Amino acid sequence: MTDIRHHLTDQILMAYSTGALPEAFSLVVATHVSLCDDCRAELAACEALGGEVLDGCEEAPLADNSLEMTLALIANDDARVAAPQPAPSDAVFPAPLRDYVGGDLDAVKWRSVGGGASQAILKTSKDASVRLLKIPGGVAMPDHSHGGMELTLVLQGAFSDAEERFGPGDVEVADEDVNHTPVAELGPDCICLTATDAPLQFKGVLPRIAQPFLRI
Amino acid sequence: MLSTHDDVDTIARPAKPARRGRSGSSAKFRSTKQTKMVKTVEEDSWVSVLAQIRDERDTEAFSQLFKHFAPRVKMFLIRSGASDAQAEECTQDALATVWRKAHLFHAGRASVSTWIFTIARNRRIDVIRRDRRPEPEELTWGPEPEPDQEDVVAMQQESSRLALALAELPEKQRRLIEAAYYGDLSHGEIAVKTGLPLGTIKSRIRLALERLRHELR
Repeated sequence: MTDIRHHLTDQILMAYSTGALPEAFSLVVATHVSLCDDCRAELAACEALGGEVLDGCEEAPLADNSLEMTLALIANDDARVAAPQPAPSDAVFPAPLRDYVGGDLDAVKWRSVGGGASQAILKTSKDASVRLLKIPGGVAMPDHSHGGMELTLVLQGAFSDAEERFGPGDVEVADEDVNHTPVAELGPDCICLTATDAPLQFKGVLPRIAQPFLRI
Repeated sequence: MLSTHDDVDTIARPAKPARRGRSGSSAKFRSTKQTKMVKTVEEDSWVSVLAQIRDERDTEAFSQLFKHFAPRVKMFLIRSGASDAQAEECTQDALATVWRKAHLFHAGRASVSTWIFTIARNRRIDVIRRDRRPEPEELTWGPEPEPDQEDVVAMQQESSRLALALAELPEKQRRLIEAAYYGDLSHGEIAVKTGLPLGTIKSRIRLALERLRHELR
């Protein structure tokens, strides 16, 4: 994936490296980083800073038998932990997303949200939410704005938002100031992973009525 | 080399206020040079200690690593809001994970401190915040080619430079960064990287990743 043009911001990668992001956003970050070596390197740099913070910590007094207890834990189970298996090379979803879906694209349980579009909400902690969206080529997502941050990662197909195009691996970072109408490009369905920390607010009358059902 | 760790630590991490201020720059330069040299030796030894744990399942090597890192991991967890008992349990758990995952450490892409930080952070999220932590896909499954020795040395040098730069930040800024990594969000957005050589670390890692991708092809 050398043609990724839209990356995560340094602030988001920093927040992920400190462990500050809600689970829903962490899933989008982990999925994008799986596809993007540039963001993987930036994340590693942020973690390097975490390493120096750890190394600079004062020493807390340990329990008297701390080392013995730890050696006992090891003696009890000293198996080498296997590295998590990466997704097969023909998969649409990278490993972290597959863990949440329970498989690849064909395992997603889609629910129609009207206009030919469908979604699948993934189970995470409640402080933010994340869903897969499937929008047929040429179809627009309902016009919406949102109260907080929204991260949208393209996994298949492409969409255009105002003047910019987002293809596979690209991630769009939108905040409350963005009032956008993404349109899926003609061709295969556009599949996106979208995390939001506040409910989306649709502009049109009909989508507003539909909102409780969408659970967006 | 390892038996002197306690001394090394006192030199590498002097009482913090003593290093601040503009006066006495020659003394500062002397201490800076000394710190850098000592720190490099230290980090180098951790890479080989971890290799001993990985290859020989050497409990003596593990005890040395434990002695240095366990009290720091515990303090890190306490600062992150854990109780003493919780921090103690998580620390033992994290250090046992170091043993079980030693073969997954990549010396060309991270320092030992960095790697242990990620383990401690994940324990914190898992146990203390009771949240799940999605992690990026591994680049390979199973053993990677041995890292380029040049990458390993470069990573150690970059880590030393970063440690120095962090120590030399104004107190207030350094505290903000530490708070962010302890998981304290009350300071809002983390726009605090100014003055730290993170860009060079990123470029190094970027190159190492490119080479790895090439080898895997």
